[in-house]
Amino acid sequence: MITSDNATDAGTLHRGVADIRKDFPILSREVHGKPLVYLDSAASSQKPRAVIDAMSTYYETYHANVHRGVYEISEEATAAMEKARVKVARFINARHSKQVIFTRNTTEGINLVAYSWGNANITAGDLIILTEMEHHSNLVPWQLLAQRTGARLEFIPITGDGSLQLDIYDQLLQQQPKLVAFTHMSNVLGTINPVKEMIAQAHAVGAIVLIDAAQSVPHLPVDVQALDVDFLCFSAHKMLGPTGIGVLYGKRALLEAMPPFMGGGDMIRTVGLRESTWNDLPWKFEAGTPSIAEAIGLGAAVDYIHAIGMENVLQHEQHITHYAMEQLQTIPGLTIYGPGASRRGGVISFTLGDIHPHDLASILDQQAGVAIRAGHHCAQPLMERLGLSATARASFYVYTTEEEIDILVQGLHKAIQIFDL
Amino acid sequence: MSMDYRDYILEHYRNPRNYGKLDNASAHAEDSNPLCGDQLGIDLLVEGDKVTQVRFKGRGCAISQASASMLSEMIEGRPVEEVAKLGKEDILDALGIPISPARTKCAFLCLRVLHRSLALAGLEKPQDDNDEE
Repeated sequence: MITSDNATDAGTLHRGVADIRKDFPILSREVHGKPLVYLDSAASSQKPRAVIDAMSTYYETYHANVHRGVYEISEEATAAMEKARVKVARFINARHSKQVIFTRNTTEGINLVAYSWGNANITAGDLIILTEMEHHSNLVPWQLLAQRTGARLEFIPITGDGSLQLDIYDQLLQQQPKLVAFTHMSNVLGTINPVKEMIAQAHAVGAIVLIDAAQSVPHLPVDVQALDVDFLCFSAHKMLGPTGIGVLYGKRALLEAMPPFMGGGDMIRTVGLRESTWNDLPWKFEAGTPSIAEAIGLGAAVDYIHAIGMENVLQHEQHITHYAMEQLQTIPGLTIYGPGASRRGGVISFTLGDIHPHDLASILDQQAGVAIRAGHHCAQPLMERLGLSATARASFYVYTTEEEIDILVQGLHKAIQIFDL
Repeated sequence: MSMDYRDYILEHYRNPRNYGKLDNASAHAEDSNPLCGDQLGIDLLVEGDKVTQVRFKGRGCAISQASASMLSEMIEGRPVEEVAKLGKEDILDALGIPISPARTKCAFLCLRVLHRSLALAGLEKPQDDNDEE
């Protein structure tokens, strides 16, 4: 299904999904005596050999701390980490790699902005616009900021099919918001929001925009300059990279003006006993020894996914999502939440009759070796809005096959049999 | 380890025993399992040194609700002293299947609510919420 869009990239030409799967060691293991069918990439993706090797090679051959050693291996480590930053910058088309701040994950990036930019720019009565479909990581930091400052939170509601009610967004924008923060792609419904238009509208009334790109950067082409986004956050582990590292992208003028988030080593220029001055971007925001191996792993993940081509990743996932929705809809009693296949990423939330999603997940695991997510997906307000306490969620990536969808469907039939639906 | 959904578990889930509420409860508690969104409330009527009636009400997965139903059968008519001693082994014995680590919170939710209700009514010492492993 996946073919390369880059004819000059001989190594990745016309690679099929079967070929790609060979790069992922974990995909050849079994669970409960059955081949692992991993349908939880929206929670965390699996890792190709290239990422694992890049991290091992660092530990085995040039591990040292970065940004201080004057000896060979420390310089190698520093160069590898900073090269990873450049790769990430190119991947999202940032103007400069200084605008790529390494964080632990998406959540830390959002918290960094909420504390550093938020404390300096938000005061009592200011309006922050969020949406009803946010992950807790793009809700709670703003709730905390509102508690600290007395800011007001308003929410763009969702429609019955899980899209944002943009007419209400228009109305909220009339109230002069200071900040608009929303997800590029819902981790529950798969809804891809019209971010570019929404950002332009926010800018037209002078608001700053933060995008939670945890689900989008791994799965579709994202160009921060084309979007003209102010802040954008994502996590490496959802895009074939390691856990423990994420990215905050920000416009340079905003980042330059922001005070540090955390204090410590590496983020300073000079330190006195009573006061200090700050290092340049991006290190101003990277206090302490960073996740060096993880940054290098992220760089390898970017290389890997870039070689496949983000257009191809998107196309493959759209194909699988389309196929999965068709197949799932043949199952009696199954309800899919969210928009049609053409307006969603590779995420399908569903319920099956009155079988609790956790029972479904256990049965699929035990009977079919299928890993899906069940629960509220860290989006409790959205679940409440949908009138649900939990859903089952299958999510896909470059390595997902039609055969795996068929195994999911067979597993669901088994659940129907067990629960005598 | 295989976590089977045996017929008797599903039967308890479909037809829970002692389901509902007591107007004259002498002990009550409720709690939820943030992982699954399972919810459970338990009412006990204590007369003399015995639990004479029990009702539970909740929603959630088959494991959490069947466990609560099975627990309710162990409680009714038994001395408070014995009820206070009910523990994880009793639930696992009743379920009769291995419970995967991720699902123990579902299975033991009823136990936590039971002991909380007794503690709130002053009928047992509050227990530490130790990890259900």
